[in-house]
Amino acid sequence: MSEIIQGPRHFCALGAQQTVTSIERAIPIVHAGPGCSAKLFQAMACSAGNQGAGYAGGDSIPCSNMIERDVVFGGEDKLRSLIEGTLKIMDGDFFVVLTGCTADLVGDDVGSIVREFQDRGIPIVFAETGGFKGDAYKGHELVLQAIIEQHLQAAAVKQQGFVNVFAAVPGHDPFWEGDLHELKRLLNSIGLRANILFGYGSGGIDALNAIPAAEFNLVVSPYIGLKAAQLLEKKFGTPYLHYPVLPIGATETGKFLGAVGDFAGIDRKFIDKIIKNKEDEYYHYLSRSADFLIESRYNLPKRFFNINDASYALAVSRFLVNDMGYIPAHQFITEDVPAEFRQDVADYFQELAPGISSGVTFSQDGGVINEAIQGFDNTTPPLLLGSSWDVDVADWVNGIHLSMGLPITDRLILYHTYVGYRGGLNLVEDIYTKLLSLQG
Amino acid sequence: MGINLQDPVVQLREVRLGSITGYAGSAAKLYEKSQQTTTLGEQERSFSQCISCSANQVKNQLVSIRDAAVVEHGPTGCSGDIPGRNLVSRSGRKQRNLPVHNLNYISTNLDENDMIYGGRDKLETAIREAKRRFDPKAIFVTTTCAAAIIGDDVAGICDMMEEDIGIPVVAIFCEGFRSRVWATGFDAAYHGILRKIVKPARQKQPDLINIINFQGCDVFTDLLSRLGLRPNYIVPYTTVEQLAHISEAAATLQICNTLGTYLAAGLEEHFGVPEIKAPLPYGVAGTDAYLRELGRVVHKEAAVEQLIADEKERIAPKLEQLRRNLAGKKAFIGAGDGHGHSILAIIEELGMQLAGSCIWHHDLKNDNGDERSDELKHVITHYGNFSIGICNKQSFELVNLMNKKQPDIYIARHTGTIWATKLGIPSFLMGDEHFGLGYQGLINYGELILDTISNPAFVKNIAAHNKLPYTDWWLAQEPFSFLGGGC
Repeated sequence: MSEIIQGPRHFCALGAQQTVTSIERAIPIVHAGPGCSAKLFQAMACSAGNQGAGYAGGDSIPCSNMIERDVVFGGEDKLRSLIEGTLKIMDGDFFVVLTGCTADLVGDDVGSIVREFQDRGIPIVFAETGGFKGDAYKGHELVLQAIIEQHLQAAAVKQQGFVNVFAAVPGHDPFWEGDLHELKRLLNSIGLRANILFGYGSGGIDALNAIPAAEFNLVVSPYIGLKAAQLLEKKFGTPYLHYPVLPIGATETGKFLGAVGDFAGIDRKFIDKIIKNKEDEYYHYLSRSADFLIESRYNLPKRFFNINDASYALAVSRFLVNDMGYIPAHQFITEDVPAEFRQDVADYFQELAPGISSGVTFSQDGGVINEAIQGFDNTTPPLLLGSSWDVDVADWVNGIHLSMGLPITDRLILYHTYVGYRGGLNLVEDIYTKLLSLQG
Repeated sequence: MGINLQDPVVQLREVRLGSITGYAGSAAKLYEKSQQTTTLGEQERSFSQCISCSANQVKNQLVSIRDAAVVEHGPTGCSGDIPGRNLVSRSGRKQRNLPVHNLNYISTNLDENDMIYGGRDKLETAIREAKRRFDPKAIFVTTTCAAAIIGDDVAGICDMMEEDIGIPVVAIFCEGFRSRVWATGFDAAYHGILRKIVKPARQKQPDLINIINFQGCDVFTDLLSRLGLRPNYIVPYTTVEQLAHISEAAATLQICNTLGTYLAAGLEEHFGVPEIKAPLPYGVAGTDAYLRELGRVVHKEAAVEQLIADEKERIAPKLEQLRRNLAGKKAFIGAGDGHGHSILAIIEELGMQLAGSCIWHHDLKNDNGDERSDELKHVITHYGNFSIGICNKQSFELVNLMNKKQPDIYIARHTGTIWATKLGIPSFLMGDEHFGLGYQGLINYGELILDTISNPAFVKNIAAHNKLPYTDWWLAQEPFSFLGGGC
């Protein structure tokens, strides 16, 4: 039996609509009850640092708003006319039909309807994302799978140095756009061209169509994106590198660039030179405030809890341990990590640095997490890096709280990032600014 | 007529009030037709965009009861509104000097397995955990589409759990697919409160006035104190105990009849609390009538006349100045049935013109069936006929019409400001329903409108760097051409 959930963070598979709206000029078509799409927009865009509709999200999303009659008689005709209407009204390049619980439970044959449009040469795919199938990470993976299986065609030639990146999940990583762009810059710095698929300037349908032409696929996450990479390997023979740690700060970003460079066969000396330059700049800023950063006057934290998805919890843990000299208290992984990946994810928190490991709890239920945190010895004020739900528990244990994971209702996010050298410095600024702002 | 509290399921708005979600044309004709029939017949759209649902509106009211808990029986996507509601609740608590903490909310997180075997065990667990974690005085169990389709016996489980844990466990039936009108969710929440929480009056409190509202700032304490009365804001930020005794009030006021029609009528019919049957208190004409009817019911006629005279005199110079500055400016309104007409009253009294309006739905009547509280009739009578669109939050219709009308300002209660901005039209989204209320509300609105249109730099910049997600073909069509199976 899956858990009950207090303080929901990762919602349902139909949250994949946010994946679709993150593809430039792509239009989701939602075949679901009324309310689903609006709630998921609220959850994953508005409550992700007030990111709004974008080009064609929010209340512009076409939706069949299924009512009782559709539950009884099915909603297939309604879906067909919804797609026809969408093609006339919405100015888009790529269309993704997503189903909600109601459509999936009444058993509408969405695939047949979508194939009618595919046969007319319309760039449209479908994914069955009924909310009961899992959280929005599951939905994200289903959309990637739909694009790969239903839309992509083999490329005539592979382009050397061209890399598809599967990393930050739009919306779920509230800093997704900044994070993907920082990954793109990092990869560019070692001579690779990154196809980030989502966000500003990523290329929309052209970026999707270019996926099969990549030299290799890069998965930067403990497990999300792995299925897509494996599917692409099977369908187009594209090799992939699975690098589990989203790099934050000098230690991890250096390791990341080295690993990617080795995989791509880039000269190690060249990579080392790039790393050296970037590290010098990074430590210039960090060194300047080093005296403040080791002060004890303001109860600067030494121990930390992450309450976040596997990707961010791991990334931030590595950064705080290796770059900043923190000690892990305990980490809470908040999405529904599939059973086959749980051991791997837990193992990534072993030997974060020589002799330093962290315990991990998998729970989507804020009530369980709150009770567990209060059970730890919090003699010194801990750092709690979680969502806006975790403000209360941070208060109860006299900790410092920063919202870094969905939902974030206490920040505005435009293009902020925590990835790379720049991201590490951002995180240090944000933690200590928060701490100082509480002193006055 | 009649509020049936026997059935655990609220009667739908389209059945009770003949509500519709599509219309375009003359407001006077709409009113006239509404009087002649019990149903206008729904016009379908062959294309639509996502709207809200009853389950969403239910939580708007129930999660903000201070010492209750909500258990939502469904998959977790249905909880997407909850983080935003938590922010609203925390900031509202802070404003009211109440302890600030997260909402008392649990989702049963129904999964694929539950779709086959049912979610009974999970619902029981969630109710028990809600009791243990939050120690609430009542638990509201709200339903979702998935829970309804798999057929869990939510009413039966709630009754059983109520016996078991010793506090009211109230089943609220609000699955989204049942009603086309998401405002039905308000009725569903109030239905549960009327059935299971409100108790017969121990003793009437002749100075206590119920005010059915959302989260608006406190304007009634001052207004009512001048009549020797006290406001009792319901339902957000009340306690369960406070709700149990709303039957003791001298009268019930509303600020939006889309919100309060069911609760106000239910309190009158079943608990003898008179509902003030008058237009809503926006604009001078509405506020006059509202206060006079209140004065008549609680026997404070003289004090009301004094209050009206004092307030009118107080705002007169400022109002005159605002009317000069705003004369002839065109406003476009996007709001709900009750409140949209209230905003129309405000802009008319500020000397502005209506460029167009998209009203989310239309109730043919209120639950009280009394034409004195028919807001559409009120605005037609006082400000003349106008052109109205009932658009069910259909953004493509709203954008099309707004683009054609090119108003000086777009005033929204829920949605659409992003599209106004991309069209280069200044706008605001009014989150505080009390901001425009009463005589001072006219001044508040006038100043906000003036501030909003005086420097359109930001919206012009945004408009210059954006394209709408609609085809040129669509923007050239008639805005309501998909209504009634067209296009």
